[in-house]
Amino acid sequence: MQCAGYPEDKLRSLADRLPCRETQVTTLLSLMGEPDQYSYPSIFIYGHRATGKSHVVFSVMKDLELPYTFVDCVECVSPALLFHRVLLAFFGPDAAASLPRCPSLSDFVRLYKQMSSKTPATQTRFIILDRAERTRDMDFSLLPALLRLQELVSDNVTVILLSQVVWEKFRPNTGCFEPLLFHFPDYNKADLVQILSRDHHPSYTPELYASYINILLGVFFSVCRDLRELRHLAALNFPKFCEPLEKGEAKESDIHKLWRNIEPHLQRAMQTVYLREVSSMQWKEQQMDEKETTTPRGLSAHAHIELPYYSKFLLIAAYLASFNPARTDRRFFLKSHGKIKKTNFLKKHEKTSNHLLGPKPFPLDRLLAIFYSVVDSRVAPTASIFSQIMSLVSLQLLTQIGHDDQLDAPKYKCAVSMDFILAISRTVNFDAVKYLYDFL
Amino acid sequence: MTSKRKSTALTEAQCVSLAQKILRERLCQQRLPEQPVGLESQYRHLLELLKRTAVHGESNSVLIVGPRGAGKTMLLGCVLRELMNLKEVLKNVLQVELNGLLQTDDKIALKEITRQLHLENVVGDKVFGSFAENLAFLLEALKSGDKSRSRPVLFILDEFDLFAHHKNQTLLYNLLDVSQSAQAPVAVVGLTCRLDVLELLEKRVKSRFSHRQIHLLNPLSFTQYVEAVGSQLSLPQDFPHPKFCDEWNRSVTKLCEDKSVEELLRRQFNSSKDFRSLYMLLFLAVIRVSPSHSTLRESDLLEASRLISADSKANILHGLSVLELCLIIAMKHLNDTYDGEPFNFQMVHNEFTKFIQRKSHTIHKFEKPVVMKAFEHLVELEMVRAVDSATGKVQREYQLMRLMLEHGQVMEALQKYPQCPTDVKQWALSAFA
Repeated sequence: MQCAGYPEDKLRSLADRLPCRETQVTTLLSLMGEPDQYSYPSIFIYGHRATGKSHVVFSVMKDLELPYTFVDCVECVSPALLFHRVLLAFFGPDAAASLPRCPSLSDFVRLYKQMSSKTPATQTRFIILDRAERTRDMDFSLLPALLRLQELVSDNVTVILLSQVVWEKFRPNTGCFEPLLFHFPDYNKADLVQILSRDHHPSYTPELYASYINILLGVFFSVCRDLRELRHLAALNFPKFCEPLEKGEAKESDIHKLWRNIEPHLQRAMQTVYLREVSSMQWKEQQMDEKETTTPRGLSAHAHIELPYYSKFLLIAAYLASFNPARTDRRFFLKSHGKIKKTNFLKKHEKTSNHLLGPKPFPLDRLLAIFYSVVDSRVAPTASIFSQIMSLVSLQLLTQIGHDDQLDAPKYKCAVSMDFILAISRTVNFDAVKYLYDFL
Repeated sequence: MTSKRKSTALTEAQCVSLAQKILRERLCQQRLPEQPVGLESQYRHLLELLKRTAVHGESNSVLIVGPRGAGKTMLLGCVLRELMNLKEVLKNVLQVELNGLLQTDDKIALKEITRQLHLENVVGDKVFGSFAENLAFLLEALKSGDKSRSRPVLFILDEFDLFAHHKNQTLLYNLLDVSQSAQAPVAVVGLTCRLDVLELLEKRVKSRFSHRQIHLLNPLSFTQYVEAVGSQLSLPQDFPHPKFCDEWNRSVTKLCEDKSVEELLRRQFNSSKDFRSLYMLLFLAVIRVSPSHSTLRESDLLEASRLISADSKANILHGLSVLELCLIIAMKHLNDTYDGEPFNFQMVHNEFTKFIQRKSHTIHKFEKPVVMKAFEHLVELEMVRAVDSATGKVQREYQLMRLMLEHGQVMEALQKYPQCPTDVKQWALSAFA
């Protein structure tokens, strides 16, 4: 990698630290040009999460000691913070302090112009906005103005936007200055192996670690290509992979044996750690005492919520009311409903499964009617029942439709999943599936 | 650098670097061109108009309308440059530059006007009853003592359409009112890319506007366009190393005659005539010049055009995991069968499991939460968008969504996808899943 205007040894160390991104670094450097040359007013860099966008740009800026500000737009709740950071980095604390209390874009550009006329740029200044999609939610004029900042302040400044969303989603209605688009492609499988193998464990050979990475990718590659996520998983599961080696049950060359050992373990990791169902601490602890508890916690763990007896039935009734058409209630809850076949009494559009379309709202009366018929004992409609409904609403297991002030005949919707309801009904010995129209 | 003695000492690398510097500045539009290309009549018209204000003290208002990148600012810049060369103008005329993007309401705009007229200390702590009073005071303050005659002021309003969104259009009303009644000599020049800008103005504002519009609609022919490319790329005669300069310019002329370059330029010309997109193309080509190959070659231009014309959505699709790609295909099928009706996660999942159960042998069954995570990644990439933004009360899996991709885009991405499982490909091709 060579590029005029920059010291060669720094470029070489950059190339070492940014594996598999050589072409991107070269293109970026040629876009930037030599420090005293103008660069394009705005550059929009896009690519998937963890493809090294911020890392490459940041390392290039830092190693080559260029004047730059790196602002993560998530941190900037208001444009004022952004302006402050930019002025602080380029012109020192005095300039930043002279911003008025609620600075408008106009103030920012005026101050910038004022300061840059005193200290004109000898090198291109770079403003880097990470997660630039957030700028769309700020002032409508912020993004278009930043894109043509070079022209507005007439200074040698370039704005680099980083985002994982494509540029088409940024363009305002009446258009704006078009930035130069630059794509960071995703790493392919070989790249991933190469990068992940770099952080191998000191007490094992690199070859072993590389084969471990290959096994890991075999499980996760079709689901997730996020380098950061994969690296996290790799670090977390490596001790388990080494377990047979430490116990002396296998040698490093027994890849197949090691694979058989780790594969189910990784599958389980996908359903737990990958989904953040358990934290990495918990995951480690689970690995320790795996012998005692054979069933992994995780998915099923939060499907258990302790509710009062009647509340459980109320929730089940709400679920049935939400997912069954009202006219089928007769079929399920009347003792002598006669012979009604599924196809006869339904309109055409009701034939698609309700479990695909989502819950439908139902009135309170219907909920209570179903509740009385599913609960096995006689219950009086007391205040306690009604307050239990309200507490289900406040637990967000039910949602109320319409306004709170509608006192007579309020409507509700059930907001829990099928798995949840099945778990609940199992605790009260109730077969919910038998009462669901979709599963008739 | 321009001295003869030094020029012999310039090495090849320095020449390249200097050439890059010149061309980069030109393509980033930091330097105004000598003469605007293909806009001669508009140039003369605008110059005449502004001269009348600057020299004879007539008030005027004019709108310059043209698409983005058509050269509105450049035209105005050239006109102002020539205007300011006149001696009596330079001393007398004041300029106020406002931009609709920066001055987002009238209060800020008025402050900026005060500042640009250098009247902050005159205004001091005065309190004004109305906007008009304030503006009148500002203009009054400009009247020079002895001649009882005001200095002419040029108001330049960039992104003119945005000023029309200000409350009551106070600024526009007052500026145009001054320009119409003989209070002080002002010229109001608006730049906008909206053809329907007059429809945005209130009736009382519209009636005060002179209805002079200068349209920049770029009537360039293709040969002129290619000439413009040549002149943009060639180095000036006063380049310190004449031999390098000659060689470079010769290579540029040769480049413009090349068949493949001509085809490329024609494609660019047919898709958009504006210069800014052309400059972006040329910029990308110029940056590829380095000491190791010191002239511009056709491959540079071809590569630049490849970079520009890449479909960004296809690029993003290329990096999806197989699971995410499967979800996209499932959504595509839903779109086909239900004629573009919105769908929810549950339907997509259902479609996906049907595929897994019947056809696939290479893809394992995934737990629903894993699929959900993939789905949410797609939402985050804004490939899929919720139909209504009020999301609070609906469960995530039942929220109605729409796919933001075309049928063709999906199929094309599938062709390019590395190591795509065959059964997934077949699934995508089948008309009804």
